[in-house]
Amino acid sequence: MGSHILLIEDEPNITEALRYILQREGYRVDTHSDGASALETIRERRPDMVILDVMLPHRSGYDILRDLRAEPTHADLPVMILTARGQDKDRDLATRYGASRFMTKPFSNAEVLATVRELLAR
Amino acid sequence: MKRPAPLFLARRGYRLRRMMDAARVLPALGAFLFLMPLLWGGGTTGGGILFVFGIWAGLIAVAAVLAGPLAGAPDPEIPQGEGEGARAPEPGEGPEGGGGVV
Amino acid sequence: MSFNLLVLVCLLYVALLFLVAYAAERRAAAGRLGWLRSPLVYTLSLSIYCTAWTFYGAVGYAARSGLEFVTIYLGPTLAMVGWWWFLRKLVRVGRSQRVTSIADLISSRYGKSNALGVLVTLMAVIGTTPYIALQLQSVTLSFAVFAGPGPAGWGRGEPAATAFWVAVGLALFTILFGTRNLDANERHHGVVMAIALEAVVKLAALLAVGVFVVWGLVGGVPEMLARIDSSAVARQPLDSGRWVTLIFLSAVAFVSLPRMFQVLVVENSDERHLAIASWAFPLYLLLISLFVVPIAVFGLAELPAGANPDLFVLTLPLAFDAEGLAMVAFLGGFSSATSMVIVAAIALSTMVSNHVVMPLWLALRGGGASMSGDVRNIVLRARRVSIGAILALGYLYYVFSGGGAALAAIGLISFAGVAQVFPALLGGLFWRGATRVGAAAGLLTGFAIWGYTMFLPSFGDSGPMSARLLAEGPFGIGWLRPQALFGIEGLDPLVHAMFWSMTLNSFAFVLGSLFSFPAPLERLQGAQFVNVFGHSGAARGWSGGVAEAEDLLVMAQRILGAQEAQEMFQAESRRQGREGYLPDVTPDFIERLERELTGSVGAATAHAMLAQTVGGSAVSVQDLMAVADETAQMLEYSSRLEAKSRELARTARQLRDANEKLTALSRQKDAFLSQISHELRTPMSSIRAFSEILLEGADEMSGAELRRYAGIIHEETIRLTRLLDDLLDLSVLEAGRVTLNIAPVQLGTIVQRAVTAAGSGRQARRLRIRLEDSGFGVTLRTDADRLAQVFINLISNAGKYCDAERPELVIRARRRGDRLDVDFVDNGSGIAKCDQEVIFEKFIRLSDQARAGGAGLGLAICHEIMLKLGGRISYLPGQGGTAFRVSIPLVASQGGGAEAASQGAGGSRAAAGR
Repeated sequence: MGSHILLIEDEPNITEALRYILQREGYRVDTHSDGASALETIRERRPDMVILDVMLPHRSGYDILRDLRAEPTHADLPVMILTARGQDKDRDLATRYGASRFMTKPFSNAEVLATVRELLAR
Repeated sequence: MKRPAPLFLARRGYRLRRMMDAARVLPALGAFLFLMPLLWGGGTTGGGILFVFGIWAGLIAVAAVLAGPLAGAPDPEIPQGEGEGARAPEPGEGPEGGGGVV
Repeated sequence: MSFNLLVLVCLLYVALLFLVAYAAERRAAAGRLGWLRSPLVYTLSLSIYCTAWTFYGAVGYAARSGLEFVTIYLGPTLAMVGWWWFLRKLVRVGRSQRVTSIADLISSRYGKSNALGVLVTLMAVIGTTPYIALQLQSVTLSFAVFAGPGPAGWGRGEPAATAFWVAVGLALFTILFGTRNLDANERHHGVVMAIALEAVVKLAALLAVGVFVVWGLVGGVPEMLARIDSSAVARQPLDSGRWVTLIFLSAVAFVSLPRMFQVLVVENSDERHLAIASWAFPLYLLLISLFVVPIAVFGLAELPAGANPDLFVLTLPLAFDAEGLAMVAFLGGFSSATSMVIVAAIALSTMVSNHVVMPLWLALRGGGASMSGDVRNIVLRARRVSIGAILALGYLYYVFSGGGAALAAIGLISFAGVAQVFPALLGGLFWRGATRVGAAAGLLTGFAIWGYTMFLPSFGDSGPMSARLLAEGPFGIGWLRPQALFGIEGLDPLVHAMFWSMTLNSFAFVLGSLFSFPAPLERLQGAQFVNVFGHSGAARGWSGGVAEAEDLLVMAQRILGAQEAQEMFQAESRRQGREGYLPDVTPDFIERLERELTGSVGAATAHAMLAQTVGGSAVSVQDLMAVADETAQMLEYSSRLEAKSRELARTARQLRDANEKLTALSRQKDAFLSQISHELRTPMSSIRAFSEILLEGADEMSGAELRRYAGIIHEETIRLTRLLDDLLDLSVLEAGRVTLNIAPVQLGTIVQRAVTAAGSGRQARRLRIRLEDSGFGVTLRTDADRLAQVFINLISNAGKYCDAERPELVIRARRRGDRLDVDFVDNGSGIAKCDQEVIFEKFIRLSDQARAGGAGLGLAICHEIMLKLGGRISYLPGQGGTAFRVSIPLVASQGGGAEAASQGAGGSRAAAGR
């Protein structure tokens, strides 16, 4: 059975695209679009991996990541940061907060799949 | 702020002030004289009636003498020089507005 | 002489009165007041003090009690002669405070308390009704004298019928001339003229009878004096208690009677008239009293023993066959009665309508009654009904009291009743410490004692008080006997009643004042009344026109802050249709300003500050300081501190606001590139992802899937394009290189277009749009495309961001002076105050909802467009939901839009410069 991926992204079209390609690869995909309740959703759904957008309504993806890492149970949870801001300082911030990977929009589908596979394999 | 009233007033002002004093004293004087009949005891006579009416007429005469100058007199509470205070508006000049209806 | 002739003469006389009143009204309406308002007319109008009670009753009084009758005229003489003390102040206060009645004066003095107004009104009605009945009785009695006792004369019902028709006629006259208009000054030229005429008639009549008696019948003054000396009238001993009490009572009643207050104060048009009346009216009284004793002495001696001395004035001429003189005397009595009733009815109806009917009406009608023509009509109607009711009361009192002996004493009883107002009146004018509590306590105490010791016992054994109660006191408590209160026996009932009612009234008033603390308004009113000469040049309201708008602005800025004050003044200018200039200082404006200021500094201060600037009749700042000093300097100090800390807080707030805005802006501008990057990358992500999906596996997909994904790519492409368009648009607008296409167009057309265009969007479809299209017919000269762009933006924003269960957007237009306001109000949760500042900045998207699909440039663009069109777009707070107001200029006045408009009319395209 495929791994469980939680996709936290508020742009509906991007959500739909990612869900499509991930499901096609056999992953089980859950989606969530709100920043404020994201952490709670992660705790509830217990995904194998999280794809996290930065510009979320009500709460930034960075904040969610930081809080997530502060919880021991999630210290090792693979988290892929997805953002439309491709500057270096964004990347640095993501790394500092403990992102497993950092990917800028627009992304290549193949690249996303490769990264997901790699992260889940660890 | 209130200006201190000048110590000495011009002669005319002085006269006016004394007339104001007289106007203040007049009713007291009248009251005193009107109480005189009580001292007579007993009934009144034609003379007594004449006395009352005489006092009455005298009061009216004095009041008439005082009324002229005092009618246009400035208000004593207002320092001299702002004495236009007593000037009343011309008839018909009365202020309009919705005062005091409700 | 036939009774019919009498009725005819009477009717002719009434017709004359109507004519005089009508002519006077006409003259006044034409502005030719002239002698209508002379000191002579004023003096004569005061003669309503002399009612039928004087005209007929004085002789009867003298016949019974000798010289004592004269006290009733000595009191007013002293009051008038002492005008410099009291009446001068009363008249000035009445004029400067626009007082309409004695109830109004008391109410106004004690903090505009309507409860006091009602109290005084009730007392006045109770005190005056019997008096009106007395007048009706005297008229009917005098008719009866002429009718004679024979079978051709009066039937049983006829006195009542006469009284009834007299009352109806008087009501008609009073309503006609007393409620013709609602003058702010409550002056009635017609009525005053008519009663002045009546004053002449009654004086002339009494003098004529007197001359007839002394010279015609007795034969000269020495003979008359001899007759007096030998008569019983002269031997009547003077009761010193009654003498003093009556002089005092009549003086007090003279200034407290509602009808006297009406002619003395309300109808006064010039304070100088009072000076002349100060001797002229005592002269009138002297003349009217002059022949009272001769007539009484002669009547007692010559007329049959059973003759009623109250009617000597009438029966003497008749007995000596001087029918013409008797007719004159009859008219004199008729005049005395009617003039009193007319003025009393006017005075009472003013009080009843202002203090009872109007407050009730306003309360029943619910709040928010503004002074409109509508209200004025209501007031007039209330007055008319009140006049009718008062005369009906008087008539009923006459009928039920049987017109008998009970009425004879009513004059003095009525005097004593209204005199109870005097302590509150005197204290109100001369003692700043007098309070509402004190006034109410005094009035109630005095009135209660008057009722208990004088009014109720006056009905006799058969009245509400039994003989037993009068003799033994209630429940046998001796010291509560109505006519021997606290065990004081042997006093004349009048002296007894006056003594207790006035002293206890005054005690209650003083004690109540000492032990209560006045409200701020009371204290201010108190200061204004007591110091009326200090700062009331002449009566003036907010009509001065002394103030310059600039002075007001300077003051308002000090209190409201520069920004708010200027906005308020600008708004006022717009309201007056003179935008760009300072507003005219209208009373309305001052009132509005006062309300504004009240919010900041409290009512009293606001009023005082305005008074100072406007220069009207109100408190000076010194007064205020005095009030502050007098009460508690702590208060003043703390309010200063408060003001200071308020100022500090305001400055701090302004700084904080500015800082927040700057930070927000700079953050935004720093992030400009990053924003653009984000805005471009987001749609591109979808496009790339879906195009890859399609490229990789289009073969395996169903047609529906294919179409859907292609559709998404299409949609996102459009979004990208729109973003680029917006960016370009904004940069063009900001650089001021925009080309406007000005043409006449109906607002409705643009709105419809915008609704249609915006309604095609996905989110917009669940939004219900309600058009309140009353203002949509307006034709604008503007760039229809650009304006539509603004509207579309606002509508689609509502579609995107309105978070209501059932989103709804209301669009309405309203014309305001030379501009048109189009409001877009939705039912969502609105925009937080802190965000309202920045919504018109670039890249502001309050919620980070990407699905909104905008780049956050929409409102910034709208803002720029409206500037170019010569209008503006602003956020409207406090509308429930999110609300924007688009203001569009209607006339070519200022701004780039209008310039362009004037040029655009010629078909040329004008570049708007700004």
